[in-house]
Amino acid sequence: MLTADPLRLTEYREVSGRIRAGDPRDAVAELERVSVQVRRSIVQMISRAGLGHVGGDLSVTDILVACFYGVLSVDPERPRWEGRDRFVLSKGHCAAALYSTLAHCGFFPTAELETFMAPLSALNGHPNKIKVPGVETNTGALGHGFPVATGCALGAELDGAPWRTVVVLGDGELQEGSNWEAAMTASHYGLSSLTAVVDRNRLQQGARTEETKTLEPLADKWRSFGWEVREVDGHDHLALLGALERSTSGKPVVVIANTVKGKGVSFMEDRVEWHHKVPSPEQVEAALAELEPVR
Amino acid sequence: MTVTDQRPTFDSRQAFAEELIALARTDERIVAVCNDSVGSSNLVGFRQEFPRRLVNVGIAEQDLVGVAAGLANAGKIPFVCAAAPFLTGRALEQIKADVAYSETHVVLCGQSPGMAYGELGPTHHSIEDLSWMRAVAGLDVVVPADPTQTRAAVRWAAASGRPSYLRVPRFKVPDVTPGDAPFERGRSVLLRDGGDVTVIAVGSLVSRALEAADRLRDEGVSVRVLNMPFVSPLDEEAVVAAARETRGIVTAEEATVSGGLGAAVASVVVARHPCPMRILGVPRVFAPTGDASFLLDHFGLSADGVAAAVRELLGHG
Repeated sequence: MLTADPLRLTEYREVSGRIRAGDPRDAVAELERVSVQVRRSIVQMISRAGLGHVGGDLSVTDILVACFYGVLSVDPERPRWEGRDRFVLSKGHCAAALYSTLAHCGFFPTAELETFMAPLSALNGHPNKIKVPGVETNTGALGHGFPVATGCALGAELDGAPWRTVVVLGDGELQEGSNWEAAMTASHYGLSSLTAVVDRNRLQQGARTEETKTLEPLADKWRSFGWEVREVDGHDHLALLGALERSTSGKPVVVIANTVKGKGVSFMEDRVEWHHKVPSPEQVEAALAELEPVR
Repeated sequence: MTVTDQRPTFDSRQAFAEELIALARTDERIVAVCNDSVGSSNLVGFRQEFPRRLVNVGIAEQDLVGVAAGLANAGKIPFVCAAAPFLTGRALEQIKADVAYSETHVVLCGQSPGMAYGELGPTHHSIEDLSWMRAVAGLDVVVPADPTQTRAAVRWAAASGRPSYLRVPRFKVPDVTPGDAPFERGRSVLLRDGGDVTVIAVGSLVSRALEAADRLRDEGVSVRVLNMPFVSPLDEEAVVAAARETRGIVTAEEATVSGGLGAAVASVVVARHPCPMRILGVPRVFAPTGDASFLLDHFGLSADGVAAAVRELLGHG
């Protein structure tokens, strides 16, 4: 298991403390700054590894940053602390985005990101909870994270524990039936501490989701399964922070986060081939030029 | 000369449920998770005593195992109780990824395993489970023989801190495990010592192996009977000793021969001390219609079948 990076950890505590304590509009600037850093790391990791899922990584980045910096109660120094909030990335193929976010939070040194998918690295192509602090369950095969997150929330409910569970799902992933089994279980048990976020970038590996197997009307599907639906721009941090607030309806909450696959790099945006295409050195340079650090 | 075993026989589900309730009384982390299988898993008593600790996800096995892994993450010790064919077949990837690969302490309890559902047919038979479960890294595979061993297995699994698959016998068998028999991870139980041939059996075949040994003794053949409750990890030393000290090994299991106990024993024998072997189980066919008792006999998984295999191995066939 990798261990925390003290310097990053201190910075994370300061930044996330400011984000949570201050005016939400000021928080947005902080979150956007972190998102740019995370996106830069993702592009560099995938370039170095020659492998990865850059499109989905860039679409889910703002969701991850909003969760870890603005919402979740976690302690990178004590990743297995019993009272932590549980975060599950069900779309495990976007491990680079998760690793990059976790490293920026100080769960492990950012230098470790350079080993992404290298032989014997802790940073496998899909997240491994035994090796990487901040990972709750090993995902990668789609349709697994949501039932596990449902079990986490059910465990908290049985104990009357205050912590919450957030699971991030791909939209294409919703074609896996196991998700709808979990959706039924969560609403049946009234798991209001469970939040599912759908990274609705409308593309999957081979084509648009609606050309592959229709998901719409997606919000109606969730409502009919007994969920409270919140639909937002998944790149608007202020909107994400609001949507990620706890349920007050007694129902589990799904945030349908409308996103753009490849967000932040113009030539990757909304293009199916960037699901797992690896950028050339020139493209990396162009991407990093677009992802200029803020401040 | 058929000697019929006249000892009383037991369905081990009752012992399973009683032991689970007894453990739940002393350890509040224990929860039962089922898929509309409260009755078939004999969980009615558990539900009466611990209504909140019985989680029923409905008919949804993928969710069943995923939810159990999440409950373990939240500090619970989930006993997943579901018919073995649906638990191991439908949720195989959840067992692999969410339980074994994620190293969660989930106890997967395959109810009515083997051909216990008899006439209901191959959709309801669980003869592939030992092959599938044995192929999953880090997953202990436990096949209790009778009520006494089922109780020991439940206690062991609750305390083990690791993922396991536990077959809960339904087919009625005599209670043959001595009350003082040890139950340790990866350890076999010597039920009968003997020097000519070793029979290694699990589950419903253990009492049948003992009956075969009795008959063969009358013929002057000395049979060692080893019960191997852990198909994984296997008691390799006991297998090697059997290969070395007797003239051959017969394995017997209510499962397909493709990858269960027999295959596990054979892989040890081949590598460490080659000896003649016979692997008794279900050949690679789907069973015809018939009750469990009929089907066991049909596939030679009987005292007669075990005895015949021993004789064949000795060249007495």
